[in-house]
Amino acid sequence: MTPEEEAEYRRRQRARNLVLGGLLLFFVVLFYAITIVRMGD
Amino acid sequence: MTATTATRMPADWRDFFALTKPGVMRLVIFTGLCGLLAAPGHIHPVIGFTAILCIALGAGGSAVLNQWWESEIDAGMKRTANRPLPAGRMHLVDARDFGIALSVASVALMGVAVGWLAASILAAAIVYYAVIYTMWLKPRTPQNIVIGGGSGAFPPMIGWVAVTGDITAMPLLLFAIIFFWTPPHFWALALFVKSDYAKVGIPMMPVVAGERATRRQILAYSILLVPIAATPWLISGTGTLYGVTALALSLAFLALSLPVAFREAGEGDMMKPEKRLFAYSILYLFALFAALVVDALARQQGWFA
Repeated sequence: MTPEEEAEYRRRQRARNLVLGGLLLFFVVLFYAITIVRMGD
Repeated sequence: MTATTATRMPADWRDFFALTKPGVMRLVIFTGLCGLLAAPGHIHPVIGFTAILCIALGAGGSAVLNQWWESEIDAGMKRTANRPLPAGRMHLVDARDFGIALSVASVALMGVAVGWLAASILAAAIVYYAVIYTMWLKPRTPQNIVIGGGSGAFPPMIGWVAVTGDITAMPLLLFAIIFFWTPPHFWALALFVKSDYAKVGIPMMPVVAGERATRRQILAYSILLVPIAATPWLISGTGTLYGVTALALSLAFLALSLPVAFREAGEGDMMKPEKRLFAYSILYLFALFAALVVDALARQQGWFA
């Protein structure tokens, strides 16, 4: 890999990790909310 | 940079997102939300949100599986050649796994958080689109658009069942409306966009049966749409507000399909009536489902019967 390719590789990896982390956080909050709501049923 | 280096790169997350067909998903979310809001009964906002999220995830998952299966076909058509898979920006296996993961997750979450009947219909919708339509019937019959319309017809039904927990006439009618709306909507587009489906061996109606037959079929579905769109009102599933709006919208649909049905396009034709019908068909669906929701909310508030 050339330095440019390596930089691009890192950039994509970082962006993917950020999106995945955000999604995980979103689902943690959503599952918490669902659990609270369903416990009240 | 050679092609092999390009495919070894991890795919950009935007390509995963593009694979879920966000444009189609907007209509799916809208009709699903309308079904949910128009259904009688109460659903907690968090559960309602989850139901819509699951419908969107399921639609995304089946769209990914559709493009995984059709990547070679897409490569042969100008309109689709730049999608992530035919353009070589992503591995086939990654797309397949992503599609399966989205589909399974959407059904599981729907079942656990909302209900297993809604989850079962969601699973049926995914299998219907990804397997029955994409893999089996689309490459085999010029009725593929009619069959494909079935997959777009599921969202409002799932949204409705998420609230009520049972299947009655109303969710089935919402299904029927989109089912009969899709063929004239798509064929109007197919008449003025000369696509290269023929080149890749997909038997689209205008190519196989000819323009004349396609125009007549557009009219047939537009006629059927009038009574079908009015039936929710006729069986007292909705109020007068919806009934009058549905009749007016469907009659206008029929009026716009008449010139399309009885003309023949010559060389250099601007295809004005076809473009008008296509543009109106989108407005029609939005207005019809909006009327359904306004009608239901107005009756819940007791403004009028």
